[in-house]
Amino acid sequence: MNDSKKLAAAYDVEKIRLDFPVLDQQIRGKQLVYLDNAATSQKPQAVIDSIVNYYQNDNSNVHRGVHSLSERATLSYENARKKVQTFLNASSEKEIVFTRGATEAINLVANGFAETLKAGDEIVISAMEHHSNIVPWQMVCEKTGAILKVAPINQQGELIIDQLEALLGSKTKLLAISHMSNALGTINPIEQIIDLAHQRDIPVLVDGAQALPHIVVDVQALDCEFYVFSGHKLYAPTGIGALYGKMEQLEKLAPYQGGGDMIRQVSFDKTVYNSVPYKFEAGTPNIAGTIGLGAAIDYINEIGIDAIAQHENDLLDYATQKVAAIDKLRIIGTASNKGAILSFVLKGIHPHDIGTILDGDGLAIRAGHHCAMPVMDFYKVPATARASFAMYNTRSEVDALIVGIENLIEMFG
Amino acid sequence: MMDDLRELYQEVIFDHNRNPRNFYAMENADRQIDGFNPLCGDKLTVYLKLDGDKIAEASFQGEGCAISTASASLMTDMVKGLTEAEAHTLFEQFHKIAMGEDDSQLDQIGKLAVLAGVKEYPARVKCATLPWHTLEAALAGNKEAVTTE
Repeated sequence: MNDSKKLAAAYDVEKIRLDFPVLDQQIRGKQLVYLDNAATSQKPQAVIDSIVNYYQNDNSNVHRGVHSLSERATLSYENARKKVQTFLNASSEKEIVFTRGATEAINLVANGFAETLKAGDEIVISAMEHHSNIVPWQMVCEKTGAILKVAPINQQGELIIDQLEALLGSKTKLLAISHMSNALGTINPIEQIIDLAHQRDIPVLVDGAQALPHIVVDVQALDCEFYVFSGHKLYAPTGIGALYGKMEQLEKLAPYQGGGDMIRQVSFDKTVYNSVPYKFEAGTPNIAGTIGLGAAIDYINEIGIDAIAQHENDLLDYATQKVAAIDKLRIIGTASNKGAILSFVLKGIHPHDIGTILDGDGLAIRAGHHCAMPVMDFYKVPATARASFAMYNTRSEVDALIVGIENLIEMFG
Repeated sequence: MMDDLRELYQEVIFDHNRNPRNFYAMENADRQIDGFNPLCGDKLTVYLKLDGDKIAEASFQGEGCAISTASASLMTDMVKGLTEAEAHTLFEQFHKIAMGEDDSQLDQIGKLAVLAGVKEYPARVKCATLPWHTLEAALAGNKEAVTTE
């Protein structure tokens, strides 16, 4: 038996489902089928327990008290940092900065970068970015006079690499790009892209919010300067995420917010900032969320990202094959390398009607612009419907989706 | 299909979605204003011709879901011949019903009653009311586009 067959044989989706209590419920009288994982994933019992345990037994502030509870809270908090470090294969846990999520992590870098930019400098992003990797850069450009350049995509929803390369020049100060598109599912050839930037000494920020739950990420192998993600898409709570940055980059970066914990010494004349990563973590952090993130990483590691990815890719292939038989359905995003996202439109049926009517079948999908309005403009659609898969979804749930879509097409006539 | 959903998506909604009434860009309109729901991307333009304080003609164009299209279609049909005050009263009655606040006047809103089912779907209420907010702004003589957020 080869490795992939071994993985498939060992993967017990029914057992995994039991770990996610939210899945066991009826919606409008039907079994819930949760296919909105690209928006946020559900949380396993282990993550929920870790939060309850923290508040029940260890609740205290971190990095401050000398009492036992504070020491315990600090230890758990810093352990979570080590778990993130290992998960991303960063060389030091000091290179992990906790944030509220990917959005805050990008804003943190953008804010620090703004200090070094001058009019005429350029920042390059791509046409498939989420608003969170567009707007912070627009704000920085407005403030500094720098120029935002956008690398185009083709009809399949793939980045046009040579056009991206053409945008990278001596004026480019940063390339900020998603690892995987939330609206299209496209997985970018991130190693190649980073390499192209590095050939010109351009630092790279990778938005991994969508990729990290599905792809093994090794930031040292990628060699990117920054990698950001959100916990809540990774089976962890909302309101917690992280920024990975190479130490020399983080040291150069100006602090994001001022306050407690991010300082070493304060007088009214002068303040000395704390060292990395603490200089970016002002105020009491989301301690419970951080511990929950650590628990989520433990949970994922037990199953293995590779096994999860293989399961999800099987679901995507199955769903893609099934919807091909539906005449009125058009898939938005048909990249050759795609993660478990099926974005689609139905002729004559608005995505919001699709969302509401499928909800009547217990099916939770996303309908809207997915915070990627430029992508919607590119495909000339106001919105799409999106089904996205996670480790706990099944083929029979895909079947339920197909039946739901067929029924609503009949309804609309 | 379950009952709430059937109540929302009645055949008359599908009919107006397939064949919206008064669906054209009006030439020489006295009032013309855009409405936009940034959350879902629904966009429409409402056009009015006025005769004193009466709405002589109403039309719309744009793209939206079945609920907003049917609502705009029904609205442009029903406000023709109404005074501004009458149109405003009709919207207030409809709005209260759609928001689930008060449905005692359900029999006062004529064909709009088919949209009453939206009250069970809070996320969709704005779809049904966007055309009306746009109409109100047009009647007020506003120039700036209306948004629901």
